[in-house]
Amino acid sequence: MDNLCTGLCTLLLDGGFDAGLAQFLSLLVGVLLVSGVPLITVILLIWVERKVAARIQDRIGPNRVGPIGLLQTLADMIKLLSKEDITPTSADRLLYNAAPLVSFASVVLIWAVIPFTPFHYGVDLEIGALYFVAIASFGTLAIMVAGWASNNKYALLGAFRVVALLVSYEVPLVFALLAPVMLAGSMSLLDIVNAQSGMWFVILSPLAFVIFYVSSQAETGRAPFDLIEAESELVAGFNIEYSGMKFGMFFAAEFLHVFTNGILMAILFFGGWMGPLYYESPLIAFAWLGAKGGLIYLTTLWLRNTVPRLRIDQIMAFNWKCLVPLSIANIVAVSLALKVLQELDLAPRQLIGAGIGEMLPTTVVMLLINGAIGLYLLGILRRRGQEARREFQAASQAYAAAPAD
Amino acid sequence: MELNAVTIGFAVFTIFTLGGGFGVVTTRNLFQGTIWLMVSLFGVAGYFILLSAPFLAAVQILVYIGAIAILITFAVMLTRSVTRIKVRYIRLLPSFIGSLLVFLILLFGITVPIFGGQLPEAAPQTVASTRDLGAALVSEHGYVVPFMLASVLLTGAMIGAIFIARDEKA
Amino acid sequence: MVPLWMYLAVAAALFSLGVFGVLARRNAVAILMSVELMLNAVNINLVAFWRYSETGTDLLLNGYAFTAFVLIVAAAEAAVGLAIIITVYRNRRSVIPEEATALKG
Repeated sequence: MDNLCTGLCTLLLDGGFDAGLAQFLSLLVGVLLVSGVPLITVILLIWVERKVAARIQDRIGPNRVGPIGLLQTLADMIKLLSKEDITPTSADRLLYNAAPLVSFASVVLIWAVIPFTPFHYGVDLEIGALYFVAIASFGTLAIMVAGWASNNKYALLGAFRVVALLVSYEVPLVFALLAPVMLAGSMSLLDIVNAQSGMWFVILSPLAFVIFYVSSQAETGRAPFDLIEAESELVAGFNIEYSGMKFGMFFAAEFLHVFTNGILMAILFFGGWMGPLYYESPLIAFAWLGAKGGLIYLTTLWLRNTVPRLRIDQIMAFNWKCLVPLSIANIVAVSLALKVLQELDLAPRQLIGAGIGEMLPTTVVMLLINGAIGLYLLGILRRRGQEARREFQAASQAYAAAPAD
Repeated sequence: MELNAVTIGFAVFTIFTLGGGFGVVTTRNLFQGTIWLMVSLFGVAGYFILLSAPFLAAVQILVYIGAIAILITFAVMLTRSVTRIKVRYIRLLPSFIGSLLVFLILLFGITVPIFGGQLPEAAPQTVASTRDLGAALVSEHGYVVPFMLASVLLTGAMIGAIFIARDEKA
Repeated sequence: MVPLWMYLAVAAALFSLGVFGVLARRNAVAILMSVELMLNAVNINLVAFWRYSETGTDLLLNGYAFTAFVLIVAAAEAAVGLAIIITVYRNRRSVIPEEATALKG
């Protein structure tokens, strides 16, 4: 909230406040605003998620508390808060209580670098993209700590599986993140949005977007990667011992993480606040960002409610044998193509502020390269699928032919 | 020394760094030791921010909390050493005296005499950015050879670690 | 602004804590963690000297870049070190370095 801060600063100074105090107060208001946005959205998000899930499953969903069930989440919060707060006697008290806080903080802290509009953002870090990756690693640690501190073997088993999943999918996530960073020539999220004035990065590098989308779905532990709470296998996963609001915080962190990833994808690949008339008013810019992020968020909900869960060996094989090589190939392709095009003067040296006309040759070349890699990958996947199907058929035929006894 | 954001930050990060370090060497439970290590290294990342090296701070958190912490917790649980070792320390007294001597030598033997009166009080205003570091890492007048050696080292370490830790029977 | 000697003092203290851990702890994982503490103490020194040294017009990056390399080496060291510890544990059921004496002449 840089712009707001300076505005408020001068206002407070005119009001006769001490300079240091005025700066501190305006910073405090900025911090409260930036962290308040995600805290308020999460209440709405839980309702949206439950409604969408209900519609997909041919139900109505929450509709009792408030108009169309809007206040259901508040009622749930009151329920969670009034529940008995149990700490297992053999648990590690400090770590047990700290884990949900760290988990929730790791998501809220991401919002500090998210540019809402060209002028409204928490802080424009020179290393914004790296900050996002670094902060996200706190979430992994929180799950590990929660699983261990509960002193319950199911919690520990769940934590092991989750951490293996999260650590593995962080690799393609970071590699996919490199594509927009390289295209923009900057790690600042503000610069990344500004660099998409000519062409959105989802068109320049669709493969990176697909990889980022899939691995962020895995990072949040949503279906088809919902090993975190594979109810049929793990009781409840790492949070089995948690009750009341501590469980609620893990829950809220997960919901918020999904939406945060939607907003991040809108910023990294869909031009953030870019859209018709965004320069007219910060509100329009903010609405564009919200609309794009919300649309991506809805697709993840759709995916979550329609695909079945994968086995852990399938998930790992998909990551290490498909996504990681693909993301490395994508980095090499993007960097080579961009450099060659810039040397040939077909692409602008600096994408920030480039017009759509300058970007046309780059777009065509990038699309061709991405299409070629994508088609090759699809061919491999198809052959794998056919092999698996043939093996399955052979096995089932052998089973049918075996004498029954 | 006046009280401002930097000095308060320095004090907080000092508590994190030294308190965490103290926890690492004193705690009996190794899992808690790992968490203390993370607290300490988080404090070090805070120093990097105060010293205007935000890139290093982010990498520090990413490498230590995102990777090494997970590795160490896995190792702690795989070796299940928490219950087996009854004695916390060996050579407690000599180690204590030795490390105290190291501290005193570092502080009064090297830092104070060499930089005694001429310790720079304030840092220069101009400071290299992350972009400068990136350019230096791949420029031929900079660190391109160490950079490549480091990547070879990482690849070698990764393959070596997998090879060593692989279960022969599997 | 915090003067340079304070950073150096904290780094010295952290390094000594690491030395104490390496000398006194019995568990190999704990020793490895103490080595990480020492590496980070060195990193504080490198970055602090880099920040406070007179750079003039020409921006020098030695301390900055060197710290990045120390981080890389620390990651490699942790990976290989823990792999060795796990292998020793698997073969000898022990994580105490003094007990791994198979190669002692």
